[in-house]
Amino acid sequence: MAELAKIDFEPLVRSAEHIQAENGEAALGYWQDAWIRLKRDKVAMLGLGTIIFLLIVAIFGPMLSSVSYADQTLAAANQGPSAAHWFGTDNLGRDLFIRVLYGARISLSIGIVASLLNFLIGVTYGGIAGFMGGRVDRIMMNIVDVLYSIPVLLYVILLMVVLKPGLTNIFIALGIGYWLQMARIVRGQILSMKEQEFVLAARTIGASRRRILIKHLIPNAIGAIVVTLSLCIPDAIFTEAFLSFIGLGVSAPMASWGVLASEGVTSLKAYPFQLFFPAIAISVTMLAFNFLSDGLRDVLDPKMRR
Amino acid sequence: MAENLLEVKNLKKHFVAERNFWGKPKAILKAVDGVSFDIRKGETLGLVGESGCGKSTTGRTVIGLYEPTEGEVYFDGEKLNSDGNFADEKIQMIFQDPYACLNPRMTVGDIIGEPLDIHHVYNSKQERMARVYELLNLVGLNPEQANRFPHEFSGGQRQRIGIARALAINPKIIICDEPISALDVSIQAQVVNLLSKLQRELGLTYLFIAHDLAMVRYISQRVAVMYLGKIVELAATEDLYELPLHPYTQALLSAIPVPDPDDKQERIHLEGELPSPVNPPQGCRFCTRCPYARDICREQEPVMKTIGSRQVACHLVDKDGKRLYAMN
Repeated sequence: MAELAKIDFEPLVRSAEHIQAENGEAALGYWQDAWIRLKRDKVAMLGLGTIIFLLIVAIFGPMLSSVSYADQTLAAANQGPSAAHWFGTDNLGRDLFIRVLYGARISLSIGIVASLLNFLIGVTYGGIAGFMGGRVDRIMMNIVDVLYSIPVLLYVILLMVVLKPGLTNIFIALGIGYWLQMARIVRGQILSMKEQEFVLAARTIGASRRRILIKHLIPNAIGAIVVTLSLCIPDAIFTEAFLSFIGLGVSAPMASWGVLASEGVTSLKAYPFQLFFPAIAISVTMLAFNFLSDGLRDVLDPKMRR
Repeated sequence: MAENLLEVKNLKKHFVAERNFWGKPKAILKAVDGVSFDIRKGETLGLVGESGCGKSTTGRTVIGLYEPTEGEVYFDGEKLNSDGNFADEKIQMIFQDPYACLNPRMTVGDIIGEPLDIHHVYNSKQERMARVYELLNLVGLNPEQANRFPHEFSGGQRQRIGIARALAINPKIIICDEPISALDVSIQAQVVNLLSKLQRELGLTYLFIAHDLAMVRYISQRVAVMYLGKIVELAATEDLYELPLHPYTQALLSAIPVPDPDDKQERIHLEGELPSPVNPPQGCRFCTRCPYARDICREQEPVMKTIGSRQVACHLVDKDGKRLYAMN
């Protein structure tokens, strides 16, 4: 039998570093868990894959091509799809494939910028209204209600008339118009959460209002925020396409999908492919974002968790 | 005699239940309507009463979550809650619902560390983590669980996390707002024993809000009974359970189940519902349900009588503590 020394019976001292080292395999975080469940949703993953593919193609596609979206070859005008021009050419002999790729850049960046503005303005506004409550909330939400009663498209159009068509001005118009929905949703979420005990607990330990809003309330509303954002992106893309279609969007020779579709319509009978390809691009993008946001809603909704 | 660590004087908390078209208050809900008590250093004061009688509101107003409508709270002789003097370093709170009281997006380590962050009580990250681990140990949790999220714990464990958070900045008083009523009975005993252990080790003072009278008897030295926003009786636990003076206290105590099949103790059934605190009855608030109510009870509001070490607000108890009504 082995000799036992007194030291064998001393308790092991566990230092903070020691424990931290053992904690290496931390439990699944919220996002990891959400990701695992999103991966099970085939349709949402298809949407996500399509969006990533579109982003890569939009960023790198035009770089790899020798022709630019504005290069005209009048001799090769209105050609159908071929090995040289995959999507054919338009009435000025510009390669439609490159123009659709370039259009993806504009359309996707409009979607992303609109949703960023939406996020910043809507979450701040709704967060403050919901958190302050009382009179502040009433006044702030009444303003939203008034703005909401005007169709977004109407005053985006009016703004575009005032601001003159152009990419920056589309950003501004969409930024002004699209945060209302977000503000309402965030305000509702915050209102329902702020009397919950974990918020009261944060107050009793002396957390400032700012801290409660940023660390406790908004992180718990993030599911609804992400879903609203992913629904806002296709909406913004579509609005831009529509604005360009009626001639209030980006100006030539820049090509957004809306511009391309609008040009295609003029020669629809003779060269239907000129409308077909940009229309397909718009539809596929919208569908992909809608699939993804549906999946995100299922995954991030706290009520759906376990 | 031990000094009073916390004194609550004539505390009132009224909520506006309804506003008219112009935003002026139309109906006022008197959740807490003139409550006075004190808690001595190191003791546990139980606060009991049925649902909706204002127990939790009292606790929340004392700690400053609600602005009191009237009345003062003194901590160690110093007035609290005036001009935003939040009591967070002296008074902390444990909440009722272990599932709602922890932010689901924060790890346990961050939840417990948050009061430390807010009050800047550490110099380095190691120091902070060391304190978090110490607190987890103190409440009987494994420090290795600091990186987990609240949903991975059971109700009892979550309540321990809530306790650890309340202890983080060494408060003197902890308000326990029905800390055990959402837990299984077997877990209730664990949590209550943990609270007693912490009280002995750290010299804490508790305001223990509950509706489980047996548990209150076990943990408190003194008990205050609330009915419809007012305290009707306040006495040492033994006195109160041996000889309840107020008819309402009697009715409450008769409702405690006794684990004895031969026990034929008669239960006092109270008639009717708790009246609305928006429109409380005239006179004694208990008169609508009191089996012994007389004319005076319906006309005049009873004042708090001090009888030796206990207090009771009832017309039917004389100044020597004799009950002037027939007992079953």
